[in-house]
This record gives sequence, structure tokens and C-alpha cells, in this order.
Amino acid sequence: MSIDKSTVSKIANLARIKVTEEDLEYYAPQLQNILSWAEQLQEVDTTGVEPLANVSEINLTLREDKITDGQKRDEILKNAPETVEGFYVVTKIVE
Amino acid sequence: MTSKLISLTITQALTGLKNKDFSATELVKDHIAQMESCRNLNAMITELPEQALASAAQSDARIAKGEMRPLEGIPIAMKDLFCTKDIRTTAASHILGNFIPPYESTVSQKLIDAGTISVGKTNLDEFAMGGSNTTSYYGAVESPWKSKTHPDKKLVPGGSSGGSAAAVSSGMAMAATGTDTGGSTRQPASFCGIVGVKPTYGRCSRWGIIAFASSLDQAGAFARNVEDSALMIKAMAGHDAKDSTSANKDVPNFSALMKQDIKGLRIGIPKEYRVDGMPQDIIDIWEKGAAMLKAAGAEIIDISLPHTKYAVPTYYIVAPAEASSNLARYDGVRYGLRVEGKDLQDMYEQTRAEGFGAEVKRRIMIGTYCLSAGYYDAYYTKAQKIRRLISNDFAAAFEKCDAILTPTAPSSAFAIGENSDDPIKMYLGDVFTIPASLAGLPGISVPAALDDQGLPLGLQIIGRAWDEATMFRTAFALEQAIAFSAQPDLMKSAA
Repeated sequence: MSIDKSTVSKIANLARIKVTEEDLEYYAPQLQNILSWAEQLQEVDTTGVEPLANVSEINLTLREDKITDGQKRDEILKNAPETVEGFYVVTKIVE
Repeated sequence: MTSKLISLTITQALTGLKNKDFSATELVKDHIAQMESCRNLNAMITELPEQALASAAQSDARIAKGEMRPLEGIPIAMKDLFCTKDIRTTAASHILGNFIPPYESTVSQKLIDAGTISVGKTNLDEFAMGGSNTTSYYGAVESPWKSKTHPDKKLVPGGSSGGSAAAVSSGMAMAATGTDTGGSTRQPASFCGIVGVKPTYGRCSRWGIIAFASSLDQAGAFARNVEDSALMIKAMAGHDAKDSTSANKDVPNFSALMKQDIKGLRIGIPKEYRVDGMPQDIIDIWEKGAAMLKAAGAEIIDISLPHTKYAVPTYYIVAPAEASSNLARYDGVRYGLRVEGKDLQDMYEQTRAEGFGAEVKRRIMIGTYCLSAGYYDAYYTKAQKIRRLISNDFAAAFEKCDAILTPTAPSSAFAIGENSDDPIKMYLGDVFTIPASLAGLPGISVPAALDDQGLPLGLQIIGRAWDEATMFRTAFALEQAIAFSAQPDLMKSAA
């Protein structure tokens, strides 16, 4: 496993973070170091071990099937960078 | 000029308010004055003096009518990761811009309902990612403590809840909220010479806390003694239907239960926590702490937590993976910063490039990599399996003991800027706090000693899941025996 600049560029694209050539120079060795350091996990024998995703031992309960949207459209939209008539506005995506 | 009221404990302040020795307004005013005179520490992102004084007037009215709530009139500080209705909430990130939540987090609402008064929203590492409070968009927080040998150096308060820890240790607030994902309450408490608690995962609702790593995030509290911290957790905890991982369990009256003696309690000392290069001061205080608990009637037992050395790398796969998913929501569309681009994808990319700081980007990219096709099993699933082994280690240890005693951190506070070019070195600062986080267990840091630089060192007590009561009881016994009374110089004139 090696993290070169083209790998960082690929990851950054997946993560939707714009990176410059300088950023690639900066992050490639750092990510390489962190992931090489994490390689030590491979030495642990985990045969037959169930992955632990939730420590809380709480079983999910079903909530009542009731609409709880709160009717707060305008309050929620107040934080949006741009809105029109109750909608979020983004750059045109359909020609 | 510091005031006497800022050095009271919560219990003392409640008695004083009840006896009308002083008013909530006077109490809050003194803390606001301290907040203003300590602005150089950069502990607050948003100060709330007017709102706090208005609430204090309401508290005084309640006190006059004999309708005091459990923490009536107590000035606290709120980590700026808790959403507060109509008050800007930043997570110390540029990407949230001027986000003003239209709702209140469950924990902060519970604290309001208990009568506390927030004097401000505290600074933190961006999205709670860091151990030094140097990654905030709003600048680093400076610890109120100074090294005896290098008094000119500005020290970190620890992180991520560094602003909260600095606020409590400098008398801006009597207590504060924190959050703890891998040590973000316990480690800054250790650096700042105060008490910091992380309860069991699921004890407090996460609703309204800006998410970092959802399977690890838990609300925590800072205070200047164990009893005050127990009062805070009691007020913050409890079931919340809005968080499916919040536990429907009774919350015991921790502050009453903790005063029982510890005769017969079995305290485990994990041999794997004696890490290479640990300063002698820390080894000494750890041994001294064990001896004190023994003298108080506890039985000291050697235990083993064999997978300890894998906890930090496990965490640095699991937490970034969850963070990369949680932080996908910052897209420049619904709230926060937007940087326009030539098309939608370019807008996302420009917004996130400008809005996130270097540490957050690092973690998002690590997480994205570990979750990407072809690497998921090798990294993420593998880390989750080791997380199970770490949790099993604790389960086996708790067959033999009732609580575990360890140092909180492998060092005292370091200077702002140190370690910042070496992410792994910074990550290893959480070596003693991360294992309990991965297992979802409660932990508390109690100030124990000053090192050769005159800087605080904490000891950590880890409890069984849902057994904060035994954790608080052990911490209280330790606190009584240690009788730690050191304060930063700027608090001394208040006594």
C-alpha cells in the first residue's frame, strides 16, 4: 500500500475536496505515514471475531409512524446560503 | 481584580444562593468579569453576557420564591459543538459560517432546565478533532497554566474541549460541557488541573451535538471537583427518544452515592499502560494514587488489557471513517459557507476546500480511503474487529476488578505549536483515554499532582458500563486522599 499524489487526488475527489498540487505534496506523505502506522493492525489475529459497530447494547426501537417534520421550513431555510420561494438554490445542473 | 465568588464550588454556591449570601446576578457578573479579563486565553468563541444576566435575574426571582432547581443560577460554559437555539454554533469550523441553530441540543436544554446559566460558547478543536485545541478556525486556546521552567511559553489546554477546560480552570465558569470521542474531556481536564468526566456511551443524548464519530461521541462535563462533576452529569444524562443510542436507564444520584467509602473495592492496574518513555512524574503519581486507594480500603489488583497498543491505530481508522460520512453533509447548500464554483461539483469542492482546516481534511481523506472499494475490509472491518477485542479485554478485566486506575495522559501540557507537524505524535497523546472510548466505558480524570514544571497531571478512573456510580465513588476517595489544591496563578488572588 502506498499513498502517492495520484491516490490523494482520487481520495480528495471522492471526498469532494478541491486540492492543489501543493496540497498533494503536503498530504501524500502524511496520509502515507498514518496508514503505514495503522498497518500494525494487520498483525492481530481476528479470525472469527465479530466486528463491533455499536457498543451501547441498545436495541433500536420503532417510533410511532407519525409525521414529525415540525413545519419549520422557513426557520430551516434561514441558514441556507441561497433560497427562492421555499427552495434551496444551487448552480444550474440541467441545461 | 478577581472575585471570591469565582473560586466557589457549585455546592458552596448553591448554599450561598439559598441563604441569600449573594444573588445569582452577582455570581454570574463575577464570572462574566473574569471571562472578560481572561480574553487573552481565547477560550470563548461567543460570549453571552446579556443573555446570562437576563437568566440570572430569572434565577433570582425563582430563588426569592423558594423555587430553586437543582443547579439554579450556576454559571457554566457550553462547548461550541452543542447546538444552541438562536445562538451561533460553529464547531470551531469555517464551514459552518454563521450557522444559527433553530433548535436546542437535548443536553444543553437539560442544563437550562436544571437552572444553569451559560456565559458563553467555548472554543474547541475544529469539529472536536484534535488534542491541543490548536486546530480551531477561531485560533488556538491558551492554557491559564504556566510552566515554572519556561514561563514565557504559551501552553495548550489540551483538546478537543480546550476552551471549556480553560474556562473552568480560570474561573470564567463553575463547570462546562465537553464532548469526548477519544479523550476530549479527560485529557484537557488533566492538562488544566480540573475534573473531566465522560459517562458511558448512551448515557447522554447526542441529539443536537454536531457529529464527529457517532459510535464514539459522548457528552462530558468539566468541574473543579468530583462532586460538582457528578452534579453536572446527573443534570445532563437521561433517555431521549430523539437519539436511538441513548439508554432508557435510570440515572442514579451520583453525588450522594459517591460518598460511601471504598472498602473492599477492587481497583485494577493495567500493566500495558506503562508505556515506553512515560515521564517518571507520571509513573510516581500513578503508584501513589494506587497506594492511596489501598490505604482507603481498596484492594489493588494487577490486570492485563492485552490489545491496548492497538487502540490508537484502531481509533484512527474508525473515527475518521465515521467522520468522513458525518461531514459529507457540509456541501454549501443547506447551511454554512458556500464558495461558488463553475458547476455543482466544483461548488462542493471549493466550499469544502475553503471551509475545512488541515486536520479535518486529513481525517476526512483517511476515512474516505478506508471506506473506499477494495480497502473497506482491510481497514474498517479489521479495525471494528480489533475494537471488539479491546472491548473484550475490558470485560475480562472487570471480572476481576470494579474500577481501573491509569494516568489520564502520557504528558503534561505542551507548548502551542509543538507536535503540530507530527500527526501521529499528537494522536498518541490519547493513548490512555482511547481504549475506554472504543469500549464505550465511563472515565473520569482527577487532578493528582504537579510535575517538575509545575503543571497538572491527572489520574483516570475507568468504570464498568453504566456504573458511573462506582467510578465517581473511587474518584471521590482519590480526590479526598490527594487533596489537590493547586490553581493557575490568575486564580490565586481570588481565594
